[in-house]
Parts: sequence; structure tokens; C-alpha cells
Amino acid sequence: MKKRDMILTIIGIIALFGLAFFVQEEMDSYIRRIVNLCLVYAIIGLSMNLTNGFVGQFSLGQAGFMAIGAYTVGIFTVPVEYRENIFYAMPMNPAIADIELPLWAALILGGALAALFAFAIGTPVLRLRGDYLAVTTLGFSEIIRIWITNAQSITNGALGIKDIPPLNDVRYIFLVTVICFVFITLLVNSSYGRAFKAIREDEIAAEAMGINLFWHKNLAFMVSAFFAGIGGGLYGALLGTVDPKNFLFTLTYNFLLIIVLGGMGSITGSMLGAVIVTAGLEYLRFFDEPLMLFGMDIPLFRPGFRMVIFSVLLMVCVLFWRHGIMGTREFTWQKAIDFVKNPLGFIKRKGAAQ
Amino acid sequence: MKFKKLLSLLAVSALATGLLAGCGGEEKAADSNVIKVGVFLPLTGDNAAGGELELRGIKLANQLHPEVLGKKVELVVADNKSDKAEAASVAARLIEKDKVSAIVGSYGSSLSMAAGNIVKENKVPAVGTSCTNPQVTANNDYYFRACFIDPFQGKVMAEYAHQNGFKKVAIVQEVSNDYSVGLAKFFREEFVKLTGDENSIVDIANYQTGDKDFTAILTNIKAQDPDAVFAPGNFTESALLVKQARQLGIDAQFMGGDTWETQEFIDVGGKDVEGVALSTAFDREKASTEEAKKFLDAYTKEYNGEPSALTAMAYDAYLIAVNGIEKAGTATDTVKIRDAIAATKDLECVTGMTTLDENGDPIKDVVIKTVKDGKFTFKDYVKAQAK
Amino acid sequence: MEYFDAIANMSALSFAQHMVNGISLGSLYALIAIGYTMVYGILLMINFAHGDIVMMACYFAFFGITAFHIPWYFTFIITIILTAILGVLIERSAYRPLREAPKNSILISAIGASFLLENLANYLFSGRPMRFPDVPLLSQNISIGGIEIQAICLVIPVVTILSLVVLLHIVNHTKTGMAMRAVSKDYEIARVMGINIDNIISITFIIGSALAAIGAIMYGIRYPGITPMMGVMPGLKCFIAAVIGGIGNIKGAVLGGFILGLGEILIVAFFPDLSGYRDAFAFIVLIVILFYKPTGLLGEKTTEKV
Repeated sequence: MKKRDMILTIIGIIALFGLAFFVQEEMDSYIRRIVNLCLVYAIIGLSMNLTNGFVGQFSLGQAGFMAIGAYTVGIFTVPVEYRENIFYAMPMNPAIADIELPLWAALILGGALAALFAFAIGTPVLRLRGDYLAVTTLGFSEIIRIWITNAQSITNGALGIKDIPPLNDVRYIFLVTVICFVFITLLVNSSYGRAFKAIREDEIAAEAMGINLFWHKNLAFMVSAFFAGIGGGLYGALLGTVDPKNFLFTLTYNFLLIIVLGGMGSITGSMLGAVIVTAGLEYLRFFDEPLMLFGMDIPLFRPGFRMVIFSVLLMVCVLFWRHGIMGTREFTWQKAIDFVKNPLGFIKRKGAAQ
Repeated sequence: MKFKKLLSLLAVSALATGLLAGCGGEEKAADSNVIKVGVFLPLTGDNAAGGELELRGIKLANQLHPEVLGKKVELVVADNKSDKAEAASVAARLIEKDKVSAIVGSYGSSLSMAAGNIVKENKVPAVGTSCTNPQVTANNDYYFRACFIDPFQGKVMAEYAHQNGFKKVAIVQEVSNDYSVGLAKFFREEFVKLTGDENSIVDIANYQTGDKDFTAILTNIKAQDPDAVFAPGNFTESALLVKQARQLGIDAQFMGGDTWETQEFIDVGGKDVEGVALSTAFDREKASTEEAKKFLDAYTKEYNGEPSALTAMAYDAYLIAVNGIEKAGTATDTVKIRDAIAATKDLECVTGMTTLDENGDPIKDVVIKTVKDGKFTFKDYVKAQAK
Repeated sequence: MEYFDAIANMSALSFAQHMVNGISLGSLYALIAIGYTMVYGILLMINFAHGDIVMMACYFAFFGITAFHIPWYFTFIITIILTAILGVLIERSAYRPLREAPKNSILISAIGASFLLENLANYLFSGRPMRFPDVPLLSQNISIGGIEIQAICLVIPVVTILSLVVLLHIVNHTKTGMAMRAVSKDYEIARVMGINIDNIISITFIIGSALAAIGAIMYGIRYPGITPMMGVMPGLKCFIAAVIGGIGNIKGAVLGGFILGLGEILIVAFFPDLSGYRDAFAFIVLIVILFYKPTGLLGEKTTEKV
């Protein structure tokens, strides 16, 4: 990286930190919640992008990894004195009933457990390709959910866990997001990252070049699960309550849209995708409310219409705009400077390049 | 190229409608002569059916009690999509953006719990309509409710089963549904206590939300030949469950909770659900209060047919909230409103005189109903008692 | 020990009842699994929307009978036609434009199509369950030697076997079938040989969707509560059934369907404590099969592929 870019990046992060402080102090809790959700979705989106975009292994297990992280946070951060009340149907397993962890420790533990689980299933699952891999990972995420539903003495089953100490601090979540993005950026730009991309482009060629397919796929899968677990933990802490129905496999589709829109294989794309999808869905909320236009009631707008638009967007994106906003490209300062210097010329050149 | 043009056209028109819609909304917000009450219900997703029924109740209550403190009450209806992440942001939106004085809702305990922290943090009171999980109001001073809680309902049904002389009961629970698990657990404890027989519960079977085939668990139950089956759960699954039980030749009495009391339960179950017993909060026959008569008249005029208990409870939730605002004498000081709601005593509601206990849960009577000739009909009455 | 007791205590009658339940469920899975296998055989992609096509077919039949008062037998024919059209429409709009694209894009498009159908149904028909109308004769209960079943349960296996025979005939003994096999073996060569690939794919979708419609009608009569999300679980399970049998292989799909249906019932029968894990069963079987025999039970190279 050039020295200039390095400095600009650091300034950028500091500026964003300032923004996080501003949002935390000045904005109302509605805006804070949206910003927090954007950040958490960006972490999970990026984690999914690592396996799906960079290594090209189509995995749909993100909801399951999130569930592991969220439940770890839920189980271990709820104050001990509330637990009897929460586990009213079946007392908590005595082995864990008295363990209380601070949030950061629970987050790391959740991520680690998710990564461990990914390692355990990675060995058989990652031999599969394409559709099979997608359905098997989806299956594992459902198995996790069904296990959580049934293991009442550990997870409180369907009753869910409430009273997780609420986390509504934009700065905290932003810090985790930055760590996650920096880590994955470093990983992707390392020799591992080049191996990942080689596997994505052509597995057989990559193997012939001496890349250990199994090890690299497994590594990416574990890192992805780790961050999905952390993201899930933040998600649980953000909501203050978790229950198994949160983690239906349809949850994974949200992140799928994020990475498809942002660009499969682009780190900055994941961030952009997360912001657009989360804030966009909020913005699209007016589709669900009755609309009066020029004194006429438009019958089209009623609850449910927003989700139709959402799914149409996903389809349109895949059909006509397969590479999303960023494709596999990244945001660079050079491009930004070019754009600021000569916006029209930049667009023309870009158009010509396409 | 053509597609790209079409796409950009679409995008532009979507934006334009968005802007127009946005303008409409802002004009409304400028009006300060109204008191806003947030309606927080699942209008889409898995719980949409319940949410729609409750929305009716709240709208009716708003029609009959449109004013408080000399100002018009405006309902701000927000759809929480039966999804917890949505529920949390919708609740925040009601409080921060719409600046509501109180919130009414939701159907579905997990949705209410997702909003729990937000109402607590922002000190805006919420009155639940049919969130029956005890955890909703426990350890939360700002959440109240108009419905009874799961342990209570489970115990009442156990009592009912005992009074009817059932000796052997099988339980079928929807293991992924907090409501069903809660009822089943307290039913089991109470029934074992009442009969004094550890083996009086002959089977506990589980199924998942969305399951359609129950033949396997039912064949197991049939082998145990119970007198009754307690199967609280979602109405769609429960109706199919009872239907398949009858097809398999199980003639035991089926018992459930208040979620069964919807037209869809009878629609899907048809002849097979005739004779089941369910606990609920409201019935025309036992409508003792003036408010109930007004409610029934208004309901028949607006919708035809019999109102469900969900509609009645949603109506009551609105009453409790608005009564709180009135007693507090302010629409802006939400802490005062909370205190006034917490002090609710002998408020005349559709489901009887309502008093909230120290947790914010109402103490009220239970009605046992059955299905007869394709209609829910009154069967029995269980007086409220100290829990 | 408890489990062994459960097995020992099960009466012959209960066991027979479980078997009947399992076969009826299994044949329903098999019927829908055939649709998956057909499409996979040709396009080498999971038609994620297949379960939702089943759901839409249920709504078509529902509205035909209750809203338009069309006699049921006639409604069923219309339903099959409409569903076939829907299938072709999905193929044209969501899959055809991506035929040259990377496989992951098609997979995403399939997921998108499925998601769109669910949300559309939710928007148009609301989330409230609707009751699939009773059909004379088929909805009746009958009792044979203490085993209680609905008449439809006897019809489903027959329909499944009939569909299997008819399909095998089409695939193995007609010109269209030959073209299908050619397309499935090698796309480019088939094109060079003068086969109209677009037509063959459309025909595959017509057959697959028509089978989905037949499955939907059976499903509706058997489990009469229809909702927008009803297609999701059967869809996943039937795909798994197709994989178990060896995807692309029609007989395999039927075999897989029966294994899954019987397995789900018998696991609850023998291990009542595991009834909460029933939905996990299909996924566990899938993982085990893929681990030991990734091509599925019948998915050898020697068997015909569609």
C-alpha cells in the first residue's frame, strides 16, 4: 500500500469513529439502532463473502453460526440472578448456571465455538461442491436451530433468553466492525487470500499449483464462522433477547442479498451492500403503509408489498447486474481521487472499460 | 441496453413515489393536536392472522373512544413482520420518530420481548395484547398486558381436565413455540398434583411449527389410549393435528389454549374439531360489562360474525393504555402514564373488570369454550383466583 | 433400555399403522422429488422454487373450487395446466437468462425466485391459512382391519407409481425423452446435433411442474391447511429425497422419497423422545449419504439420467 493511501485510510477510520461518536451522542435511538444493525449485518455479510465470494464455496450456513454466537452471548451474559426467572420451565443446567462472562469474552467464545463447529463439519462438507454444499450447510444451520429448540436446559428452548444486557453503543459495535474488516482485509491480501482466489477461479488448476485445497477451504470456512458467530453475538446483544425462530435459514437470505448487491468478492462491497439493504429496507417501509396519492387510495400498498419489492430487487440484481455494485473490485483512494478531480471523465472511462 | 433503460426508469419512478409518500407523512407529523398511540402488531409473516384480528379490536376501540384529554387519539400502525429484529426497530421507530405516548401490542411474546428493552430504556409504557409468556412483564416496569399468562392458562386447563374426570392425559406440544411449551409444562405439573398420580401423563410428544404430518406421534398416543389430549399450539397445526387424530380413530377429548379461537381453526379442522375444549378470555354469554355490549354491537356492525378473544383483548389493551393517559393527565410525560397504567384497578373492559397485579399482569376470569356446529360456544367458566 | 421397551411394547397393529402412515407420506415426497430430479438432470441446478410451485398449485386449486365454483375434477386439470405455465415462466425469466453464467448465479436466482413466490403469495393471499376443499371420496376415512386411513392415502402411492411408469416410458422410449437424455449428457453436442435445447428444457419444466401440481393436489387433500410458507419444508425434504436416491435418476427419487417418509415416521415410532428432532432427520440422512455415497443410492453412471 502506498504511504498516501495508508494515511488516508487511517484518517478515514478516525473520521468514521468520530461519526460513530456523533451518532451515539446526538442521534435518537431509532437512528442508532439502524446504524448498529447496518454494522452487524456488514460483519456477517463480510463473513459470508469470505467463503462465497473469495473462495467461491457457496455456503448457506450463516444463520446457524449466528445462532451459536447469539446463544453463547445470551447464555453467558444474562445476570445470574435473572436466570431462575428466565428458565422457569426447566432449570438451567447446573454446569453453566453460575458462569457469567463480560460481553467481549462471550463474543469471542461464541465466535470460537462457531469456528470449532465449522471445523468439525468442514471436513466432510467442504468436499462437496455447488448446490450440494449449499444444501448441506443449510441443513447444518437447521440442525443447530432444531437442537437449540430441544436442548431446553441449556438454551431454554422455544422460550428464548431474555434480559441479555442491552448493547446499544455504536462505538463498541463500530470498533468490532473495524477489527473484523481489518482482519479480513489482511487475510485476503496475504498469500492465503491469493490462494483463496485461485481456488475460486479454478480448483483443479489451484491444486496443480500446489495449493492445499482442503486446508484453505477449511481455514476460510472457520474464519467465516468465527466472524458470523461474533456478528450473531452482537445481534443477540443488540436485540436483548434470542429465540430459535430468529435463526431460521431464511435469515441467511438477507446476507445473500447483501453480498450479491455489494459484489461477491469485494470487502468494501459487503459494507455498501449491508448499508443499502438495511437502510433501504427501512426506507422501503412506506410500501407497507396505505398510500394516498392525489386523493386516491392506491390499493397496491399494503403490508407485505415491501417484501415483494425486496425479492424482486434480489432477482433483478442477479439477472441484470450480476456483479453487484463493486463486482470483485475494491474501493481505492486512487479511484476516489480520480473521481473527485474529473467526475465526468471517470465515469466515461469506467463505461468504456465495461 | 434496453433492460438498463427500463431499470433506470423503474428506479426513478420508485424514488418518485417514495418522495411523494414521504411528503404525505411529514404533513401529518406537524399536527400537534393529536395524541399518538403506537400499534405494534405482526401484520405480515407467520403471525399475521393473529395480528390482523387484534388490529380490528384496536381500531374498534379507537372508534368508540376516539378522544382523551380533549384531544384526538391517532393510531400509528406499525408492522413488526413477525420478526424480532424488525420488532425492535419498529418499536424504536414508534418511540423516536412518531413520538407515541404509549404502545399497544404485540401478538406473540417474542416480539414483545424484543421491544421490551426499548420501551424500558426510553421509558414509554407498552400494553401487550396477547403476549402470554411470563417473561414479557417480568423484570420490566414498562411492559403491561391485557391477557393472562401461560402458567395460569395451563393450570386452569389441568383443573378442567381433573374436574371432568380424565385420568390419563397425553400432551402434544409445539416444541418451537414458547406459548405451547409454557402451557404444557404448567398443565403437566398441575395435573400430576391434582390427580396425585405420577403416571397420569401418559405421553409427551413434540412437533415443530410448520409440520403437517402428525400421524407418527398420534399413532403412539393411540396406543396409550388416553382420556384426553392437551395440545396447545398454533391453530393451523392444531387443527390438522385434531383432524388426523380423528382419522386415526382417536376419540379422546382434545384440549387447547386461546390460540385455537380463530375462524381458521374451524375452517381447517372442519367437522373434526367439533367438541374440543379450549380456554379463552371472552365470550358473548358472559359479557357482563357495558363496555362489552358496546364492543359487540360495534363489532357486528363492522365485521359480522363473532369477535375472537384476541380482538377483545386488543380492544382492552387500548382501553388500558388510553385510561392510563387520561389518569396521568398528560400525553407527553410517559413516566407518569406508566405509573397510571400500573395503578389500573377495576377498569371496565370487554373481558371483565380489569386490575393489574404487581407484575403488570391482569387478574381475570377464564372461559372454557367448545366448537359446536362450526361455531365456538360457551362451555364453562373458571373464576379468577390469586396465582 | 427405554427404547427397546418401546419397540417391544409396540403392538402389531400400531406398527402396521405406522407403516401405512410412512408409505403414504413417502409416496407424497416421492411424487414431488421427481420434479426436482428432472430439472436437475437437465440443468444441473436445484430448482429451489419447486416447493413454492407446489404451494402456488395448492392456491390455484383452492381458488378454482371455492372462489370460481369449478367442479373439482375440472379444477385439477386447470391447476395442472396453470402450474405448468408457471414453471415455464419461472424458467424463462429466472433461469434462461443465466444459462451461460456461473453456477452460483443460477443458484442465487433460484433462491430469489423461491423467495419472490413466497412473498408474492403472502402479499396476495395473506398469511392466514386457507382450507383446501374436501373432495368427495378421496377425503373419506376408511378402516381396514383396525388400520385407519384416509382414502387419499391409498390413492397417492398409486399415482406415484403411475407417474413413475409414465415418465420412464417418456424418457426411455420417445423421441423427446431421447433428446432430454442427450441434453443432460452434453449440452453443446446436443445443440450441434440439432436438438432445440430451449424446447427440451421447457418440456422438462412442464413435466416437472405438472407433477408438482399433482403432488400439490394430493398434499392439499391430505393436509388441508394451505399457507404461503407451506412449500418450504416439503421442498427441502423432497430435494433431499432426490439426492438420496441419486439426483437425476427418476427411480432414485422415488426410492429416496419412500426412505425419507418411512424414516421420519419410524424414528418417531421407535424413539418417541426424539419427536422434536424429526425435521433434522432429513438433513442428517442427507449428510450421511453425501459423505459415504455422494452420487446417491442409485446414482451410478450406468443408470439413465434425465
